[in-house]
Amino acid sequence: MPGLWLVLIVLALAIAGYVIGRQRALQSGGGNSRALHSLPRFYGWNVAIKVLLPAFIWLAVWSLVQTIIVEKTVSGIIPKEEITIGLEGEDLDLALKVIDANHSLRMAEMRRTAEGLNYLIAADLLTEDEAQNLTLDKVDVEKLLKDAGQVVTGEIIAPVLKASQRKLALDKRADIMKSIFIIGVALAFFIYSVLQSHKDYRARNSVEFMILGLLVLMACIAILTTVGIVLSLAFNTVEFFSIYNWTDYLFGTTWSPRSGAGTHQPLGLLPLLWGTLYISIIALVVAVPIGLFAAIYLAEYASPRVRGFVKPALEVLAGIPSIVYGLFALITVGPMLLDIFGNSGIGIMPGARSVMTAGLVMGIMLIPFVSSLSDDIINAVPQYLRDGSYGLGATHSETIKQVILPAALPGIVGAIILAASRAIGETMLVVFGAGAAGKLSGNPFEAMTTVTAKIVSQLTGDADFTQPEVLVAYALGTTLFILTLALNFIAQRIVNKYREQY
Amino acid sequence: MTMEHTDAVPGPSTKSSLYALSPHVKKRNAKEARFKAIGIGAILIGLVFLVILVTQIVGNGASAFQQTRIDVELTVSQEEFDSAEKSSLKTSKYRGILENALLVTIQENGIETPFTKGKDIRPLISSGAGNTLRQHLLTHPDQIGEPFKFNVLTNGTVDGYLKGRVSRESIANDKSINEAHLELVDTLKDSGVLRKGFNMGFITGNDTSDLRPEQSGFGQSMLGSLAMMIVVLLVCLPISVGASIYLEEFAPKNKITDFIEVNISNLAAVPSIVFGILALAAFIQFGGGTLGFSALRNSAPLVGGLALSLMTLPTIIIATRASLKAVPGTIREAALGLGASRMQAVFHHILPLAMPGILTGTIIGLAAALGETAPLLMIGMVAFVQMDLDSVSGFFSDPNVGMPAQIYIWATRADGAWYERAWGGIIILLVFLLTMNIIAIILRRRFERRW
Repeated sequence: MPGLWLVLIVLALAIAGYVIGRQRALQSGGGNSRALHSLPRFYGWNVAIKVLLPAFIWLAVWSLVQTIIVEKTVSGIIPKEEITIGLEGEDLDLALKVIDANHSLRMAEMRRTAEGLNYLIAADLLTEDEAQNLTLDKVDVEKLLKDAGQVVTGEIIAPVLKASQRKLALDKRADIMKSIFIIGVALAFFIYSVLQSHKDYRARNSVEFMILGLLVLMACIAILTTVGIVLSLAFNTVEFFSIYNWTDYLFGTTWSPRSGAGTHQPLGLLPLLWGTLYISIIALVVAVPIGLFAAIYLAEYASPRVRGFVKPALEVLAGIPSIVYGLFALITVGPMLLDIFGNSGIGIMPGARSVMTAGLVMGIMLIPFVSSLSDDIINAVPQYLRDGSYGLGATHSETIKQVILPAALPGIVGAIILAASRAIGETMLVVFGAGAAGKLSGNPFEAMTTVTAKIVSQLTGDADFTQPEVLVAYALGTTLFILTLALNFIAQRIVNKYREQY
Repeated sequence: MTMEHTDAVPGPSTKSSLYALSPHVKKRNAKEARFKAIGIGAILIGLVFLVILVTQIVGNGASAFQQTRIDVELTVSQEEFDSAEKSSLKTSKYRGILENALLVTIQENGIETPFTKGKDIRPLISSGAGNTLRQHLLTHPDQIGEPFKFNVLTNGTVDGYLKGRVSRESIANDKSINEAHLELVDTLKDSGVLRKGFNMGFITGNDTSDLRPEQSGFGQSMLGSLAMMIVVLLVCLPISVGASIYLEEFAPKNKITDFIEVNISNLAAVPSIVFGILALAAFIQFGGGTLGFSALRNSAPLVGGLALSLMTLPTIIIATRASLKAVPGTIREAALGLGASRMQAVFHHILPLAMPGILTGTIIGLAAALGETAPLLMIGMVAFVQMDLDSVSGFFSDPNVGMPAQIYIWATRADGAWYERAWGGIIILLVFLLTMNIIAIILRRRFERRW
């Protein structure tokens, strides 16, 4: 594994640099560490970091550029053979997309083949020359790879094999160049920083500056993640709206995707949004009163012993993964509701999956969320407000209702909005509990579906990323992202704006 | 002039003492009691839900740890072995051998049965049993030609019958098995040939095709989850500690810092499925497809781990910052006063003191990531895989499943035997989560300092 060796060589250089840098600095100070500007170890770290950092940055950059260039070169070998003559407008666009998709599938097969050949070479089943000279008419490459335990998903056609051989050859040349270059960079910085190691050199400042840079880089990951989310959603959403009318999406009242139906299928957002909101409202109706009263009791009435037992118990409820709640909804709550409201009972519930099933269970799931947030907020109300109220003769509950809750109201509203945002973004529970068909209905015992459940169903399985019924998942994701972000933003604004300044 | 005090007192004119409560006060007190009762009621409802949930999980899942097996004594002669190995239907040949041996066992035990041919009792044993026998003989070639005891898995339906999931009525429409089979199962059970035992295969095995619930196990998905947790730990711990130190100790108060902070708090509220979409688009389609990094592919634990890392980062950063903030400023000032640089004050004094809090936050974040399902579905971590660990890179980049994803797969197969597996998987998952949380609590109790 040459990549590993390269890393090990650079690491060895860094360790050697640490020792030599430290030693050289000490020597320049006549062996007396007090004569140095910084502690001796800083001189060592100075060399080590200066060897590691540029080497690894260049390694990453080089690998990135190398992969891109090799892919570009090799992709020409695999032909885009489909015929587009005679196609116009939308049909042409679609055909071109299909060609691109096929091409990228072949590229993936090419990568797998190259990897497989690499494995065969590493396992001494093939020499490099043999791998380069393999042809399909003489050897059954698929069988060769499969026998060696490699993954072969598609048919290996001649251009794919040729491209993968070319990729192997190119990669091999580039890897040698990369190794030479990276070791050269590491050596250059090694020499440069060892020469720096002199008693007057400010090694500590230099080391601390580099570490600070690293810390800033890490802090920026959060921004990068946000940028990544926005970009990955935006690209594909734009792609979706380029083949699908945005008014049909935003204001459409039917949702019934069919694979292969192209751009003329109803992909209306409203039924999904309605299902999402309906379930969330039921969940909040369950969770907010229970959670709020539980928080009030825990914060105001409960003895420390009760509190010490109940709070962790409720937190257990919060720590259970949502898929467990999903199964609970599907297997326990759904059939139970069906007994009461189904055909054997009142007769308004056609199946176990329904808005009510998902909403009730989601409500249970959100109880600890609401209660722990409200608990914190009620505890933050200062004691002198309570004491003042008691002093005027109010009972405990009157104090809570007329003094504490009004003071805590902005925080509680914020908590409820956060719970709503949670409910809207919840996925696994609705996948199992809510149903699969988008519907605009007022009956809470009917099966409806949600934005998140549809993102899952449209993107799993053999998704063809050129089709609107798959790309719509990204538009749904964008909708969801904007919705939850907006709720989060509103919650923060309410808390900040109306917060009582005690 | 005398004042009549009784007239001046508001309320009823009857004789009243300070000890007797007026109706108004009584009403207020009743309200008080009602309010308190509502609070207790709310908490009780929460606890009742918890109890129901736990009993459901344990009641439905505990039976997955038991599996019905039959003890069969058999001899496979060299000729039988050779002819089976030559056959193109190896496993069904071995299955035939097993069926005949089971019939002999039944007759030797003196059990009356209407079945005369081995084929007739096929519904009793698992369709994977032939392959198990073959693997056994291949690994123990010395037992060919010798009599040996073999523990055969029964079919999922038989197993369900013993666990009460399948009844005589429910198999009325089932063509593969009939009541006579179930009667035979009853007598076999009474004679002790057929019995339930601990199901090790469930803990160590991997998923099977949807015809063989009795053979499927949770082990593969535990490995997948382990791989993902390693990735999450390696990515999240350094980055969140670095980011928190910068924001807490070094960042100047300016627009950029504010922007980073707003970003972090918003990311904490983004639904997990959006991180799944991010992983699909950024890692698999862009990183693996456009850029051609072969390790970033569908169903790879590496990709799953990265997606979960991005999701968990904000949580851990928030916990880390809280524990850095909890270290009193006097520590920093003392360090600076003795001539330490700011960097030295942080890394030598503040960070070690904040470490227990950071670790607690990290473990809780990892536990949340461990139970997360939606992002795994997005990146296709629902692969059907055989247990196979040949290399470190394969451990992270070969297709795999995670624990919650495995539970999802089983639950979508919508059959009693698979639901049992799903609940069993949930028990294992919850044991992990509980252990992690207990470790976090112990860490917090043991090392928590009050300043």
